[in-house]
Amino acid sequence: MPQRTPLYEAHVAAGGKLVDFAGWELPIHYGSQLKEHEIVRADAGMFDVSHMTVLDITGPQATAFLQQLLANDVARLGVEGKALYSAMLTPDGGVIDDLIVYRTAWDYRMVVNAATRAKDLAWIAARAAAFDVTVTERSELAMLAIQGPNALAKTRAAAPQLAGLIDSLQVFQGLAAPEVDGGWFVARTGYTGEDGLEIMLPGEQAIALWNALLLAGVSPAGLGARDTLRLEAGMNLYGSDMDETVSPLAAGMGWTIAWQPAERDFVGRVALEAERAAGPAWRQVGLVLQGKGVLRGGQPVRTDVGDGVITSGTFSPTLRLSVAIARVPAGCGEQVEVDIRGKLEPARVVKLPFVRHGKQVF
Amino acid sequence: MSQVPAELKYVDTHEWLRREADGSITIGITDHAQELLGDVVYVDLPQVGSRLNRGDTAGVVESVKAASDVYVPLEGEVVAVNQELVDAPELANTEPYGGAWFFRIKPAHPADYDGLLDADAYKALIGA
Repeated sequence: MPQRTPLYEAHVAAGGKLVDFAGWELPIHYGSQLKEHEIVRADAGMFDVSHMTVLDITGPQATAFLQQLLANDVARLGVEGKALYSAMLTPDGGVIDDLIVYRTAWDYRMVVNAATRAKDLAWIAARAAAFDVTVTERSELAMLAIQGPNALAKTRAAAPQLAGLIDSLQVFQGLAAPEVDGGWFVARTGYTGEDGLEIMLPGEQAIALWNALLLAGVSPAGLGARDTLRLEAGMNLYGSDMDETVSPLAAGMGWTIAWQPAERDFVGRVALEAERAAGPAWRQVGLVLQGKGVLRGGQPVRTDVGDGVITSGTFSPTLRLSVAIARVPAGCGEQVEVDIRGKLEPARVVKLPFVRHGKQVF
Repeated sequence: MSQVPAELKYVDTHEWLRREADGSITIGITDHAQELLGDVVYVDLPQVGSRLNRGDTAGVVESVKAASDVYVPLEGEVVAVNQELVDAPELANTEPYGGAWFFRIKPAHPADYDGLLDADAYKALIGA
């Protein structure tokens, strides 16, 4: 029996087609995935992301702990409010999960994937034992992502008590909202390539915020649109674009690894240093289909220096053609062929992302 | 609720069939099928003149989320394909029984048509 988020009734009322996602009953769409995608690119849509796992990390050694646990360096988070995207690695340099960590008044907040929750919690608890830290799961919190060019304005209208806080947030910052009771947290982050907010709040208050956002003209959007939006934005999906068998250097996450200071001994460092010294064998690229069909995860990519694989593929609603994220041999040129059900179709190699702020960027 | 027009025939792979005045058979995918697929963004159709056996793959219909084969419900020769659908795949969502016909065959054994599922049997199959 899948779990339900505090917004379950709202999804039913909005006509959501509910599916099981990582053990949660969530809407894949509310009628048309394409329309929901387009609304987020052009106006404002909202996603229930309450299934995601929120962890607070406190204690005198919180910084030292996260500096060992994460491939990115929380020391870069100089002041309260800043956020950082990071991989959490195995000792072999495979990706256990990708996450966002915020510097907060109580030390740190981390948001990790729902599908990896159990293994993440076990891994984090095991590493935390050697530090004076406390890790607290905040499963009582719901989370709403409001995304799109009008997301901030419409959220201000729906929740005037947050207007000042929203105005104060720069991109990729998140802050607690002391003006609201119950532990609200508002971040200017997202997974769509558009400006937007992610609001964490007590589950019992989530429906009221959802309804206020509906009244302010924010449209519900489902997991389907969330996936096509993030793919156009060139953002990885854990379990598709990377996992424990894939190095972050082969998954376009090299920019998230803080190599300096050299003495910071994060988990996976030794393996990544060796890989970097040898020269990574793989790299992540974008593909734009020139032939017929739709690119999908798992399809083989034939290049002049060996085979690669598509890790995520879709029809891009913004570009009206098919695009994919692929892992290819590092020396791959600009032209490849994709094996679509036995037919080789030409595709062009491009730099990710495909779309940012509603516009083609490759 | 899915539309299941009474005058059509159906197969369990969710294609519909309609016998035309000249004896040819028009084939498309059902309203139920397009609902399962979601927004259709790409359609691949067979070549006119190709001879297909029952159960062969005649083409592909791809939605934003998934690809699905289109099967041949009756043995025959393809006599027409719907180029308009190739150019506007979203017709499969908006007019599954009208503008979104996929292809037309000249059946090898015309009587086979009568043995296909009728609307009530198809409704029972999909729980409609």
